[in-house]
Amino acid sequence: MFELIFQNPIASALIALVSLSLLFGAILGFAAVRYKVEGNPIVEQIDSILPQTQCGQCGYPGCKPYAQAIVDGDAINKCPPGGQSTINALADLLDIEAPRLDEEHGVEPDVKKVAFIREAECIGCTKCIQACPTDAILGAAKQMHTVIADECTGCDLCVDPCPVDCIDMIVVEPHLSRWTWELPGVKPLQLIATDKLHQGQAA
Amino acid sequence: MNSAADSSRLIKLWEFPGGIYPPENKKQSTELPLGHLPIPPQLIIPLSQHIGAPAKSVVKIGHNVLAGQLIGEADGTFSANIHASSSGKIIAIENFVLPHPSGMSGECVRIKTDGEHKFAATETCENYLTVERTTLLAKIRAAGVAGLGGAGFPTAVKLTTKSTQKIDTLVINGAECEPYITADDMLMQMHANDVIAGAFLLSYILHHPQRIIIGVEDNKPKAIAALRVAISNFAKPDQDAEIELAVVPTKYPSGGAKQLIQMLTGREIPHGHHSADVNAICVNVGTATAAWRAVRFGEPLISRVTTIVGDSLTTQRNISVLIGTPIDYVLQHHGFDSTKASRVIMGGSMMGFTLPDLRAPVIKTTNCILAPTKQEAPLPPPAQACIRCGLCSEVCPASLLPQQLFWYAQAEDVERLQAHNIFDCIECGACSYVCPSKIPLVQYYRAAKGNIRNHISEKEKADRSRERFEFRKLRIEKEEAVKEVKRLARKQAADEVKLKLAEQKLATAEPTLLGENINTSTGPSVPQLEAVTLAMAKATTNQLSFDDQKSRLERIIAAAKNSVQSARAPLVPKNPEFPITEEQLVRQQSRIKQAELKLAEAEKKLSDFLLTENQVIENPVQAAITRAQAKTTQSPEEKLRANIETMQARLIKAMEKAEQAKNDQSPSANALQLAVEKMQQKIAEADNELQALNNNIKPDSD
Repeated sequence: MFELIFQNPIASALIALVSLSLLFGAILGFAAVRYKVEGNPIVEQIDSILPQTQCGQCGYPGCKPYAQAIVDGDAINKCPPGGQSTINALADLLDIEAPRLDEEHGVEPDVKKVAFIREAECIGCTKCIQACPTDAILGAAKQMHTVIADECTGCDLCVDPCPVDCIDMIVVEPHLSRWTWELPGVKPLQLIATDKLHQGQAA
Repeated sequence: MNSAADSSRLIKLWEFPGGIYPPENKKQSTELPLGHLPIPPQLIIPLSQHIGAPAKSVVKIGHNVLAGQLIGEADGTFSANIHASSSGKIIAIENFVLPHPSGMSGECVRIKTDGEHKFAATETCENYLTVERTTLLAKIRAAGVAGLGGAGFPTAVKLTTKSTQKIDTLVINGAECEPYITADDMLMQMHANDVIAGAFLLSYILHHPQRIIIGVEDNKPKAIAALRVAISNFAKPDQDAEIELAVVPTKYPSGGAKQLIQMLTGREIPHGHHSADVNAICVNVGTATAAWRAVRFGEPLISRVTTIVGDSLTTQRNISVLIGTPIDYVLQHHGFDSTKASRVIMGGSMMGFTLPDLRAPVIKTTNCILAPTKQEAPLPPPAQACIRCGLCSEVCPASLLPQQLFWYAQAEDVERLQAHNIFDCIECGACSYVCPSKIPLVQYYRAAKGNIRNHISEKEKADRSRERFEFRKLRIEKEEAVKEVKRLARKQAADEVKLKLAEQKLATAEPTLLGENINTSTGPSVPQLEAVTLAMAKATTNQLSFDDQKSRLERIIAAAKNSVQSARAPLVPKNPEFPITEEQLVRQQSRIKQAELKLAEAEKKLSDFLLTENQVIENPVQAAITRAQAKTTQSPEEKLRANIETMQARLIKAMEKAEQAKNDQSPSANALQLAVEKMQQKIAEADNELQALNNNIKPDSD
């Protein structure tokens, strides 16, 4: 056996390589079938970064469809509620350059808002309930509606359909339970000589 | 182990990493004995003075309350009761500024005191050993005891350990390492017996841990002496129980629960765990005392010992202060000079925070009110760049990398901050204290922690929104599918009705079919049924079309006959004065001709149609046989007559043709004339034959 191999080094090497490639090919083929991932995992990852306001400002009916659209090649800077931080996270995930937010789709909101229904004026038309992408409005036909503030994403979609304009977007009041310390406003000075020079020139 | 003094020397101590030695500044407030304040005219009692859910108010405006009366009920397990600190009348339940770094407001009960300080009836307990542990915990809970060391953790919750945790060490924390604060020191000096009694009580509740250790820093000799005396004189409720007094070296932050447990037991609490997970529980001396008083005298937590210190005050001391006393009232009674003070801090110089509003009240966790002068606590100099000296990592008691955390906090890199265990930071401030660049490191960590918490809660909310969105999508899809099915069903029903109406129109010939269709259309339609009805309808139309066509043709013939008649009608002049012109006559002739043509056409069509119909109905063979039979049955006379008739018809035609040819002077006129003559001869012959035949028959028949 060994003699045969030594006598035909090239042929035996060829046989060995071919049989190895066949073996590994078979293993890979089996693994591809056995451990097949259903759906596109990158869509899920993008979806988990998006803010889930479901506001449709990107032009898609919800965050998941936009995630799918990004995978299909759409721009990542169409999400105003997520703002620059979301764009940065998406750019990081997709390993592309982070663009600025596309102002065409709206500007990044500086304060959090939730919808509020002036209940005395509500006529119970259920139009806002149908518009709400997260089912955060409670009510029935000809009954007064109200917003579940905790579930409201502040997407604004209920405001337009209201025939009596009784929905306001109110700013979420700061609350003790949500309060956090702020980062020190003044950043530590830069002591590197070039920085100082730069500052001097600017001044 | 003859005395407590002996045992204290034998206690083995461990060390915790890092730590600093800041100026203690404990002399100022320990020179005067524990003081008391007159009852303030108004008490502001926040409903949230502890970690967890705020209490729910159980009183109304205008109610008169007694000292120690419940005014706020714990909302859930993770909450604490709130009591009126003095007797008086409730004047408001409203949002009021809290002693909180945010300067935000929270719900407070405001009491206008009557100055009598009448106590509500309390339930005392002489011997707690005869009482169920759960009852004791309920008493502590009812008294609203929360961690007085600074965190405000509800004590009853802390003492309710899981069944898997066997507590073998009870640590009573009297270390009080933070500069300026001497409240626990004063408490141990004044109420050493209560501290010891509290320690035994907690030991009983925790099923007698093997060790009860009181840890006191060695910079409190008076407290240590008082405790020694108290331990040796104390009538032990239980012979086995032994209290060890551990004097620990002064090093900040030895008073941290994790650090003290590590010093006294050598056990380090792992990341993400509580002290109970290393079988130890750490309780502040003040909390132990409050628990004891709650059980023994049924006294709720309505006052605490607080250090009032700082050079901007004329009197610096410890006071026993009612909870809810406005801080500005406390400061007034200590000669506070706001022009000298740089700020007022609640807590010590290391971990305390500047009070944004001095109207805020003293709460259960207010262990110190520090009013330093500008010299004492100058405003921090501007932060310089980090020079990466590493001093912060050396002093960190939690063995973290403050410098790294600082970078990540600046970059708001949530993942890396968590990877570097930012939540193990106890915010002791040792790193900021040693930082040569004066970077407010702890402020960065606090902000970063808050950011991460917000981030997590936002993530949770986003996940919930996603779930709700997906559920809604699913629901709408389902609804659409149901609608689609209904729509299809309706469409099918509508189609059937249409079909039925069409049939109704045709049903004059076959009314029975209609009845059948009504029956079929009422039930829910099935494709098969539809197919059957369609086929039936098709069949009927086919069948009916025969009769229909026939009747149609007949109608056409009738119409044509009518028009012929009307065309033949003599012309009547509309105006009798004008006679009918030549032109009109010619037109009438052409009309008649057209009408006759149409009639002939229609008759032909009908005969064709009838022929085809007959063909369809009758067998052609049968028809031939009948025709043949009819011929054979004819008599010779009849035959002859028929022959003559046909010949006469032909003669007439021939004569007409000949006449026409003659008129036109065509060359064939002579030939036609000859043919006519021949025809006349033939007819004459046939007539003769017929005559002869008749003559023959007559005699026969006669």
